[in-house]
Amino acid sequence: MRTCLVVDDSSVIRKVARRILEGLDFQIIEAEDGAKALDACKRAMPEAVLLDWNMPVMDGYEFLGNLRRMPGGDAPKVVFCTTENDVAHIARALHAGANEYIMKPFDKDIVTAKFQEVGLI
Amino acid sequence: MTPQDYEYLRKLLKERSGLDLSADKQYLVESRLVPLARKASLAGIPELVQKMKVGAEALTAEVVEAMTTNETFFFRDKLPFDHLKEAVLPALAQARAARRSLRIWCAASSTGQEPYSIAMCLKEAGAMLAGWRTEIVATDLSLAVLEKSKAGIFSQFEVQRGLPIQMLVKYFTQNGELWQLNADIRSMVQHRQLNLLQDFSHLGTFDVIFCRNVLIYFDQDTKAKIFERISRMLEPDGVLALGAAESVVGITNAFKPYPDRRGLYRPNAAPTIVRPGVATLVPQAPRSVASAR
Repeated sequence: MRTCLVVDDSSVIRKVARRILEGLDFQIIEAEDGAKALDACKRAMPEAVLLDWNMPVMDGYEFLGNLRRMPGGDAPKVVFCTTENDVAHIARALHAGANEYIMKPFDKDIVTAKFQEVGLI
Repeated sequence: MTPQDYEYLRKLLKERSGLDLSADKQYLVESRLVPLARKASLAGIPELVQKMKVGAEALTAEVVEAMTTNETFFFRDKLPFDHLKEAVLPALAQARAARRSLRIWCAASSTGQEPYSIAMCLKEAGAMLAGWRTEIVATDLSLAVLEKSKAGIFSQFEVQRGLPIQMLVKYFTQNGELWQLNADIRSMVQHRQLNLLQDFSHLGTFDVIFCRNVLIYFDQDTKAKIFERISRMLEPDGVLALGAAESVVGITNAFKPYPDRRGLYRPNAAPTIVRPGVATLVPQAPRSVASAR
């Protein structure tokens, strides 16, 4: 079973994402900020990361830069999932190495479509 | 709604739009037409039917539109658009090199996601079609969806269903939570109202026809007739794309499917195009109607 790391400081969002992604046959690991997410990646690199932007300690953008510099860190498909829905943020995320981008609010159809788009389903 | 009202609506919808409602679809009619009746200040469907019977043509047109399913999203099913990019456009680019023009028809274009997905594919083809005259004709029964399509404005939800984020950034302009397709993509698509039950030969001939997820609502006989008429609109080496759950098998011999290109069909009399260095579309012999049953 493939693993998806869900990174969001909101436990409600993590719960919703977990429910959707478990329905798509992913095993879920949760992290509440970028620093904890990096620790999780050091322990075991996931196949996918669903990533919030604004979080305490380390935000999603900084996490992504660190992840892509780690050995094997170019492998996970990273899908931003954030309320930052302007073109400048999207372009910045893609430039930093994100594979897809979900603008909150989201639903199962959108997550499924985006994961299909990057070949995770 | 009385059984007589339902029967009246079934017959009318079949005649006007080809929609083939089975006997157990009262819930669908109620869910779509009760709001319409209320909007027209009528108590319910019996009053709506009464009004239609005395010749309220505008209301009847609204009923037909309300019963039309407009479910669509960008790059729906992905595969037909992969075929278009990887095989169909390269083959046609060679076959039409002398005339340098392509005509594509979206036969049930709804709110525009499909014709605009095709337009983006053509744009992405870049140098292969540079300087070509490309024409995408988008037709639909409903004027309301055509108007939405022409505007090319989509919600945040709509642009996230099937549209790769890179294409959103490249081809759309953001206005708050709405996204509008840029004028260069919008201008590639011509919109026309069209009922597939009526003559459409005036549209001319096409190199590619997308007729996806619309014939599923028609009965077998109507499907067969539309397939026959579509086959006369397609160039001999042209391509018909159907929806993921649709097929010509058992309905018509006017088209033959391609192996390894699921959802694509070619007129049955078409020659096979084999061009060195280009993805080749090799039609396979169709199963006969009799053996397919």
